[in-house]
Amino acid sequence: MVELHGWADWLVSSLLIIGALFALIGSVGLARLPDFMARLHAPTKSTTLGVGGVILGSIVYFSVTASFSWHELLITIFLFLTAPISAHLLAKAGLHLELRRVENTRDLRAQPKQYSDKD
Amino acid sequence: MNKLLPAPFLSLFLLVFWLLLQNTVSAGLIVLGIILAILIPLYTNRGRDFPATIHKPFKAIEYFILLMVDILISNLNIAAIILLPSRRIKPALIEYPLDIVGEVPITVLASTISLTPGTITAEIRRDGRALMIHALNVDDHEKLIASIKQRYEMRLKEIFKC
Repeated sequence: MVELHGWADWLVSSLLIIGALFALIGSVGLARLPDFMARLHAPTKSTTLGVGGVILGSIVYFSVTASFSWHELLITIFLFLTAPISAHLLAKAGLHLELRRVENTRDLRAQPKQYSDKD
Repeated sequence: MNKLLPAPFLSLFLLVFWLLLQNTVSAGLIVLGIILAILIPLYTNRGRDFPATIHKPFKAIEYFILLMVDILISNLNIAAIILLPSRRIKPALIEYPLDIVGEVPITVLASTISLTPGTITAEIRRDGRALMIHALNVDDHEKLIASIKQRYEMRLKEIFKC
């Protein structure tokens, strides 16, 4: 471990704390929200900022101590590519299994049959 | 496009990807990266089922920046919904009619909807002309549909010309 200068120390620490905070909020949301579809929103949204904060912290830390570091950006690219796809697959599975939805969910589909696998 | 560069944006992406993986920039690595960026699309191009051309690259970059900002807002939004105990959520399943056509533009739009505030794409209608969206907290679904239309779909329509 290398000692950081004052400002870099503060910057890296606060980025890590912000990242950790959003990851925590995402997990709390997973436990607190009422039904499957609503729960899906928490991990797909909040964790992107959670991982983003940690990645930014890592970029700053390695750029200050060693040489300029960019390859953390690859993690961001992979995350943005995979998060919506996994959310989509989970939502699809929940939809076709017809999981219980919270009572005040409004179904505004004109022809719900058009979205089902059943023939 | 032409014979040597069947997919110019894929080539550019591969070159940037290669340099990011190496985490350094030197002349030798750039030459090797350019060779890979030309050879890999030449080999994989016949396997591409869904050709898509970006007609306006600058609009695409603008779209990417807009998306970043919206992802930030969406994170704060969801965090507020989770943390404020009193707020009752009003979820809804919404049918979103599509104006754009083609596999790639629709996929990009669906992913955008999943990444932005309070909405997740769950399914595409059998005829492929509408998406089903689950919204976490919505009062006026007409307004939500209109905002997605003019904020993202119009831009994608311009970028992909579809």
